[in-house]
This record gives sequence, C-alpha cells and structure tokens, in this order.
Amino acid sequence: MNRFDYVRPATVAEAVAAAAQPGSAYLAAGTNLLDLMKGGVMRPARLVDLARVPGLDAIEALPDGGVRIGARVRNSDLAYDPGFARRFPAVAEALLSGASAQLRNAATVGGNLLQRTRCAYFYDPASACNKREAGAGCDAREGENRLHAVLGWSEQCIATHPSDFCVPLVALGAVVEIEGQAGRREVPLEEFHRLPGTTPERESVLAPGELIVAVRLPGEAAGFAGHARYVKLRERTSYAFAVVSATAGLRLEDGAIAEARLALGGVAAKPWRVPEAEAVLRGARPGAEAFRRAAEAALAEARPSGDNAFKIELARRILVRALTLAAAGTPERLPALPASPHAPHPGVSLHG
Amino acid sequence: MAELASSAAHVRHGSSIGQPLTRRDGQLKVTGGARYAADNHPPGMLHAALAVSSVARGRVTGLDLEAARAHPGVVAVMTPENRPALAQDPNDKSGPFVFRMELLQDDTVRYVGQPVAVVIAETLEAATEGAALLAPRYAAEPVSTGLEDGEAFVPPAVGVGAPAEVRHGDVEAGLAAAARRVEAVYETPAQYHNAMEPHAVVAAWEGDRLSIDTPSQGLVMAVGRVAGLFGIPPENVEIRSPFLGGGFGSKGAISGPQVLGILAAKLVGRPVKLVLKRDQMYGPVGHRAPTRQTLRLGVDGEGALTALHHHVRTASSRYDDFFEPSGSVSHTLYASPAIATTSDAVRLDSGTPIFMRAPGEASGSIALEGAIDEMAAACGMDPLEFRLRNYAEVEPTSGKPFSSKALRECYAQGAERFGWSGRPLAPRQMRDEDGLLVGWGVGTATFPALMMHGQARAVLRRDGSGLVETGAHDMGQGAWTAFAQIAADSLALPIDQLEFRAGHSGLPDAGIAGGSAHTATAGMAIHGAGADVIARLAELAMTDQRSPLFGAGNAGVVAREGRLVRRDDESRGESYAEILARAGLDEIEGRGTGAMDQAAQEHYAMHAHGAVFAEVKVDPELGQIRATRLVGAFAAGRIINPRLVRSQYYGGMIWGVSFALHEAAVVDRRTGRVMNANLGEYHVPVNADVPSLEAILVDEVDPHVNALGIKGVGEIGITGSAGAVANAVWHATGVRVRRFPIAIEELLGQP
Ligand SMILES: Cc1cc2nc3c(=O)[nH]c(=O)nc-3n(C[C@H](O)[C@H](O)[C@H](O)COP(=O)(O)OP(=O)(O)OC[C@H]3O[C@@H](n4cnc5c(N)ncnc54)[C@H](O)[C@@H]3O)c2cc1C
Ligand code: SF4
Repeated sequence: MNRFDYVRPATVAEAVAAAAQPGSAYLAAGTNLLDLMKGGVMRPARLVDLARVPGLDAIEALPDGGVRIGARVRNSDLAYDPGFARRFPAVAEALLSGASAQLRNAATVGGNLLQRTRCAYFYDPASACNKREAGAGCDAREGENRLHAVLGWSEQCIATHPSDFCVPLVALGAVVEIEGQAGRREVPLEEFHRLPGTTPERESVLAPGELIVAVRLPGEAAGFAGHARYVKLRERTSYAFAVVSATAGLRLEDGAIAEARLALGGVAAKPWRVPEAEAVLRGARPGAEAFRRAAEAALAEARPSGDNAFKIELARRILVRALTLAAAGTPERLPALPASPHAPHPGVSLHG
Repeated sequence: MAELASSAAHVRHGSSIGQPLTRRDGQLKVTGGARYAADNHPPGMLHAALAVSSVARGRVTGLDLEAARAHPGVVAVMTPENRPALAQDPNDKSGPFVFRMELLQDDTVRYVGQPVAVVIAETLEAATEGAALLAPRYAAEPVSTGLEDGEAFVPPAVGVGAPAEVRHGDVEAGLAAAARRVEAVYETPAQYHNAMEPHAVVAAWEGDRLSIDTPSQGLVMAVGRVAGLFGIPPENVEIRSPFLGGGFGSKGAISGPQVLGILAAKLVGRPVKLVLKRDQMYGPVGHRAPTRQTLRLGVDGEGALTALHHHVRTASSRYDDFFEPSGSVSHTLYASPAIATTSDAVRLDSGTPIFMRAPGEASGSIALEGAIDEMAAACGMDPLEFRLRNYAEVEPTSGKPFSSKALRECYAQGAERFGWSGRPLAPRQMRDEDGLLVGWGVGTATFPALMMHGQARAVLRRDGSGLVETGAHDMGQGAWTAFAQIAADSLALPIDQLEFRAGHSGLPDAGIAGGSAHTATAGMAIHGAGADVIARLAELAMTDQRSPLFGAGNAGVVAREGRLVRRDDESRGESYAEILARAGLDEIEGRGTGAMDQAAQEHYAMHAHGAVFAEVKVDPELGQIRATRLVGAFAAGRIINPRLVRSQYYGGMIWGVSFALHEAAVVDRRTGRVMNANLGEYHVPVNADVPSLEAILVDEVDPHVNALGIKGVGEIGITGSAGAVANAVWHATGVRVRRFPIAIEELLGQP
C-alpha cells in the first residue's frame, strides 16, 4: 500500500475542509476502497475517515412519512430496522441480497452508492481502462465481458454499477444530500450517477471533496410498501453480484395499477430506472401480458456490448418476475434467501 | 510440536479404529491455538513480498530498483542479479514429481503471476509497496491461451507416468456394430486449488542449516528438493508443518515462491516470512488444466456398451509437463468389449498445471458420466438401470478381478435413500410447489486405492504409555485423529495413553498426503510399527522365566489394553510396564513400513466406488440453478473414523457441485491473465448452495488392498457428484450442457 495521510475529522465541516485537498478520498467502511488501494487501483494521497463524524449514522423518520438515512448507516442496520423494512421492503430485500453478512455489517450507505464497478479490467492495473486512466482504452470491449452493460454504455466504457441497494432507491425517487465547500445541495439519485459517454472516469455528479451526508426517501415512496419486491439473478445462491436484477413497486387501485416504479440493476453504469416501462403499466391490469409489454419497453434501447446479448432477454424476464411477485403482494416476512429466484413464493403462480 | 488437546470424552467400544472421534486438533483450531506456518515470527524476522509478472510470455527489461530500495523500510530487493547461487538449475527435471521453478534464474517470463523480484523489508506493508514500486517493464511475446491455440501433440505420458493411450479391443469395430451411437464433446475449465491458507514460508538459516515453517503435503520430498537446490545435506533441513489450511495437491511439491522465501532469508542473513497474496496463487502454485473431451459410445440393442472411446485434449505449460489424465475413469468404470482412451495436448503460456483433488478423475468423470447419461436417454433407459446393465464385474481394460467392489450396494442404498424410483424417464417433467423445474441425476464415483511408501516408529514406555511418530500431514482432513486411532490399536492402548507426533520432517517419512493414499500408507506403517514393538515386548516376556508369559511360545500372546496375555488363556498375562520394568528398560521401540503389496497389485484391480444422486432445481425463465439435495453412497474398504470420512465425502460432493455449477478461472484469451483471481469472483459454493447432503458409508471388506483393508476417501467424493449434478440439470430442463460450469445463458432457450 502506498503512503498516505490519514485524518479523522470531528465534524462534517472539518471533513469537507480536509477533503478539499486534491487527491483525498473519504473512508467509510473501506470494504471497497481498501481493496482498491491494495490492488494499486486507487492511490489516494489522503484518507478522510468518516468514523468519528457525528450526525451521519441516524435513520430518521421525516414528517412527510419519508426517511432520512445517514451516509454512515451500516447496510445491515438499515435492512434490519423494523420501521424502515416495513415501509420500504424492497430496499431491505435488496440490501440483504448484497455481498455477505460480514460485508453488510460493515458497508455503509454512502459507500454503497459510490462503490466502483466490478469490471475486472478496472481492478487490474496492467489492463487498459478508461475509467482508471482517462484515454487509456478499454480492454473489456474485446475481452471477458459476459456481465457488462447492455444499456447506456459507450465505446469508451461498458462497465456496470454493481449496487443492489441503489436499484430500489432509484425507483422510489431517493434524493442524495451532499455537503461541499460551497454548502449543501441535493441531487435526485436518478441524476447522481453519470453514464460513461466519453468521460467514464467521472462516475457521479459529486465534485472532488464533496461528501454524501444522507439519502432521503420521500413519504410517497412508502405507498408502494404493499407491492414491492427486488429480484436478483446470481451465479450462485448467495454472495455474488447480480448478473441482472430488478425491482418493482406497484400502487394498485381497484385492481388496476395506479402507479408503477421499476428499475434494473447490473445493466448499466447506473441503477437504471425505466420510466417508459412505468408509463406502459399506468392504468393497466396486472398480468403477464402487461408485464411483458413493460419489460419490452424497458429494454427497447438495449444492445449488447460484447458476449452479453443474453442479459437483454434475461433483464426482460427478471423485470416480469419482479412485477409478478410485487403484484402478488409483499410477503409478511422477507424470505430467508432475499431476492432469490429460489426463495419460496407461496401463493404465487410464477411459471404457468 | 503442537500440543493436541483431547476432545470431550467419548464412549469407546473395543478398538479405537471405527470410532467417530471428533478431531483431536479441533479445539486448538477453533480457539486459534493451532499454529500455522505464517503464525511463526522468529526474532529479527523480515517480510518478503513478490513482484509478479503481468505478461504471460517474454522478458523483463527493466525494474525500478531505485524506487523500491528508497522506500522506507525496504532492506533488499532480490533479482536475478543478486539472488544467492543455487546448487541446482531450477529448470532441471529429475522426475515426474519434480517441477521446474522460476527462482529468478534469468529474466524470462513464462506466465502471468510469475515472480520477477522479491522485496524484503521490515514490515509487510513496506515490502508490498516496494514490490509495487518496481513497476516491471517487459518485452512481451505473443501468447497461447486456449486449447485451440498451437499444434497439438501426443504427450509421452499423462498424470504420473501413465500411458497417453490405452486400447482394449477394437473400438472402431464396436462402434460400427453398435445399434446406437453417441458422440459428445465436453469441456472443463482451468480451476485453481484456492486452499484457505495461502502458500507461506518462514525461513531461517544458521550457517548451512535451514529451518522452515511451511505447509507441506510431502515433507521428505520437500526436504530433498530444498537440500538439492541449496546443495546442503538433507539432514540440515528441518521443516515444521503441523497444520495445513488445505492443500488439494497444490502443496504436494514445494513451490517456487516457497523457495524464494528461503532464498530471501539467505540473501539478507535474517529470518524471512513470505506469504502469497490470494491473487498470487493463480500462477506459480499449480492448477487443474482445462480439457476438451470427446466421448464416443456405442451400444447393442440391449443397451450394453459395445465400444467406448474417451479422447482428452488438455494443456500443459510451455516449459514443463503435467497432463491431466482424464481418461483414467474410462479404464475401470463400465464394462465394454472395446475401450480406448487417447490424449493430446497443447502448450499454453500459463503456470504448469498440477495435481488437483482427483486429478484426471474429476474432469474425466463429469464427461464420462454425462455421455453415459446421454446414451441411457438415447436407449430410453433409466440412467441407473443403464449403469447396472454395464456394470463392470472385472476391470474392463485389464481383465483383473476387483479386490473388492461394493458398487451395487452403493447404487442400491443410495437410490433407496434418495428415493430414486419413480423418477420420470423424460426430462422436464417435475416441478416443485413454486413451479421450479426439478431434476434428478446419478453419477458413479470411482477412485483408485493407491499406496505410497511410508514409515513409522512406535515406542512403549515404562509408564505404560505409547508414542507413535510419523511425518504425516494433516491438511485439515483429520489425519492427527485417524492416525492416532490406528496407532492406539496397533499398541493395544486406549487412545489417551498414546502420544502421536506428526507434521515434522525429522520424523519417519510418511510419504505424500496425496492420491487418497495417506491413511493407507502411513496407517500401515503405524500398524507395522506397533506390531513390531508388541513382538519385541512379547519376546522379552516369553523368554523371561519370571514372567507369567514364559513359555507361551506356541500358544502365543496377544496385546489387550496395555497388557500382554496368553492367547490360550487371557487371564494369564502382565502389563507392558511390568515387562519393561523387569527388563530394566525405559522404553522399547519398533518400526514399520507401509507400501503397496506388489503381488496383490498384480492380481487385483483396486478401487473405491460410490454412487451419487443429485436433485437440482432450476428457475424455468431465469435459468438460475441450485443443487437442493445430494445423497452419496461410498464403499472404500475399512473406515477408520466415520465422522472424518463423512466430512471427506461431503467436501468432495460439494466440490462436485462446484465443478458442475460454479467454478472456473476466467482467462483473458489475449493476455492469459486470470480475470477473477480472487475469492469474491472465483465462485465456489457457499452454504446456501448446498442445502442437504448425505453420505452413506457402505460396508466393504477388502482383504487384498492392505492388512487394514483401507482404501482412500479423500478424492472420490468429487467424482460421480459433478456428473450427477450436471445430469440432474439435464433432467430438470431437457438441455444438455456440455461445457462446465453450466452457465445461466445456456438454459434460457426455452422458457
Ligand atoms: C466480495 C464483495 C462482494 C460484494 N457483493 C456485493 C453485492 O452483491 N451487492 C452490492 O450491492 N454490493 C456488493 N459489494 C460491495 C459493497 O456493497 C461495497 O463495498 C460497500 O457498500 C462499500 O461501502 P463502504 O462503506 O465499505 O465504502 P468504502 O469502501 O469506504 O468507500 C467506497 C467509496 O465511496 C466513497 N465514500 C464512502 N462514503 C462516502 C461519503 N459519505 N461521501 C462521499 N464519498 C464516500 C469512498 O471514498 C470510496 O470511493 C461487495 C463487496 C465485496 C468486497
Ligand atoms: S469497461 Fe470501463 S471499467 Fe471496464 S475496462 Fe473498460 S473502461 Fe475500464
């Protein structure tokens, strides 16, 4: 590991001031950052440890029925917060389908939003990677890219954002609270991550030194609690990143869909909300036919970036699955295999 | 020597052998008291880190030595320029167990991950950063990375000296005459051992004496290799290896990086510790080679095989030889008048492949079991019935009878326990209550009953206790316990009266912990050493007029619970302690040897067998697979400790799931780099992937393999299991996937 400064600020203001120095990085649980540093992928000159910054670890109910989640709240603490899980079950399910219990016990909200892609060429300093080094080229383009993006990618970068947590968050209209030298600002999560375009090294709208202090879900997001699911396809039953994943939240009125919230994971450089597909469902009767139309709309623009054409059809199918499960109603308890196709689904007829 | 705590009191009925004792080292391990190689920190110790190549072929043209040396804490940088001299060329090859090593002999690069320099520093962090600062520059050459790259050739031998071609009968005639034929190509990927404990060495020199802590599956072999390389007498090398955090074959021969740690200690004149990082285990410490196997089968109108041809394309490295012997399973498993196994290979710019748990059998079994299943389906026969139809009563290629073979019982007990009967013949017929596709598959397990060469020493002491020593290796499988059980019985002592020592190169050579032969080999040596002591003690007593055993000569004596008694009257006898006291001896010693019985070997084919039944569930739209139930029934001769043996079977069966569904090195074909060289993305099963496992120990008495009747259990569990899982996927989905691990996209065709 390279030599770096380590500072442990005592307030948000101190943290932001400390991180103003170029080459700084915030350290949350370090489950991603420290791996990247050990691999020589990131070499920050200064680590600004958020461990002692007060006010970042609360889960607060908001007057509008929403919730404000501090940036340092642990993934497990959030998922197991009964009030939170009841109001935002798909978010809890997504959190619990991520990584392993040990990682979830450490990983934080802010770190999860800002975790880097799992593109293997990004992690390998000997490979060309535009994200790691602007202008270097992209070895994934002609390489091992089975699991790369099918939406929103560019010739410069075909990587995906690997977060599960962000998928239901973006569907539910989460807002990111950001603190910088110039003060506080807010950005909808949907606009927080950037598509690669010609600058894949810039992954979010954060300016250097800006700090995520919290993520907010609006009160109306709890309106989907009765019909909200997350489904994640993996290459083993647990402890694997999504091949593709999907979330669906439905508000049903008189047996019809009043409002739908849909997003896909593992398909693009950001959690991929699909307003086109949501629009298809507005007013529709829940059912296989409507769900498939929504899925077609969601993937209309998709194209393979390599050996991954299968992900397009898979994404359609998993969206249909998420919708089918959501329409059947959020289960009383989260399944023991959260978000898994192998979790039992009593009372739902999935496969004809 | 490590202190072994005895575990909680157990009820012992009769002999120790056969008792399901828990691991004697279990307590040490769960409390962190077991000292693994890297836990040793001799005074003055420095840390070494490897700088490894990122190209697969070429030369190192530059290293930024200045930057590395200038880094605070760095003591030395070892390169080909200053590496201490060796007495042997690391490229010399003196036998099939000796592998060429990269010990900084020159600037050549042979594979990605090859060590190109070693940085030695006061701290691990400084060494690691120093290694990064070297930033090697290369003159790279074009690389071969796939089984289709380059000219294929027929290797002189496969595995350890086995013929590359075996022919029995006329396969082409058998195929021509067949009522039905199946031809199928199966592909298996490169796999890496990924033992939990990385290869590690702590080396300290004192003059020309060398003391090493390092995990080893073959202590005496390692001593020989190290002594040869450094030009010192073997007795000057001491290796301590009380515990291994897994080996699976990758710690059989000492590896290049371990020797580099020893060289580093020599260079700086202080003890040095070198531990591989996880990603550094994907190159210099071996792997299972990829294969492409073509199976051609013919059957007559009754479903009896008329011909079986198993062709294996595999790969070795460009600079050394190890050819995965995948055809071996076809020599023994199914009866056929004509059987041929053939091999060819290409050379790749990778590290040299090596033995990996069930080398050859694992990769060969999944292909053979798949093809057999395809033929059963083609014949419209139940796959178990088809296997029984083609049951080998004698070993098909050699014609020898089996020393024992309870495979029929394995099939029967496994099928009964699994509930095989009633399985629909056609695929895609079963669903669970959630609508998931359900499939059942079967596979036959087989592994040869081998023996190496091993020795042991046994001692009876005046206080009546015993000591047994052998340089055996506990890779985590429970050898400390199983050997102590055999030792206790060999001396007719309760196990708590017995001290057992192993894991040290100064002890008698126990052979290699490999080939599933360790229990039989070292066990027989222990058995012999115990018998030798008892015989000497009996001699003392029977020739001493003051002993109640005097004159028992013709009737003979037997050892029982620390006493010798007359065989014809067990009420007459005396304790070991009394005999030794009267003779004025503090202790009495015996020696034993374990080795293959050549005569028996000539007359009998010796193999362990098993039958594995698997259930998988597959999501019909999404293709995600989960193995939900595995039942294995295995017959492997005498079972020394059923608890430990069951664990070996479980571990093997889980590896079978891994082989079929999860495990593969993703190699970039342009560069030869393994792109998933970490345990996050090199997938092996997690708990959720293996919900229900059962291993049945089928009784089998084998009077021929060795006096104890022990076959091996360490590797057989993978064979059969991998095929059973893959066959179950076919039965669930109707899709025959012949490329492993089975990928989601292969199953998406038909929702
Ligand atoms: C083996 C493995 C498997 C995994 N599997 C999954 C999975 O299946 N699904 C999934 O979603 N995730 C998975 N993860 C990723 C895991 O969720 C992330 O590593 C974790 O969320 C990062 O959180 P952290 O607190 O450790 O962040 P850190 O590693 O500390 O930081 C990550 C990045 O965020 C920045 N950062 C952190 N907090 C802030 C802040 N408040 N403001 C500004 N910048 C900040 C850091 O500077 C750094 O760049 C896996 C990780 C591993 C190692
Ligand atoms: S896909 Fe993106 S992250 Fe991966 S190598 Fe290309 S540029 Fe880098």
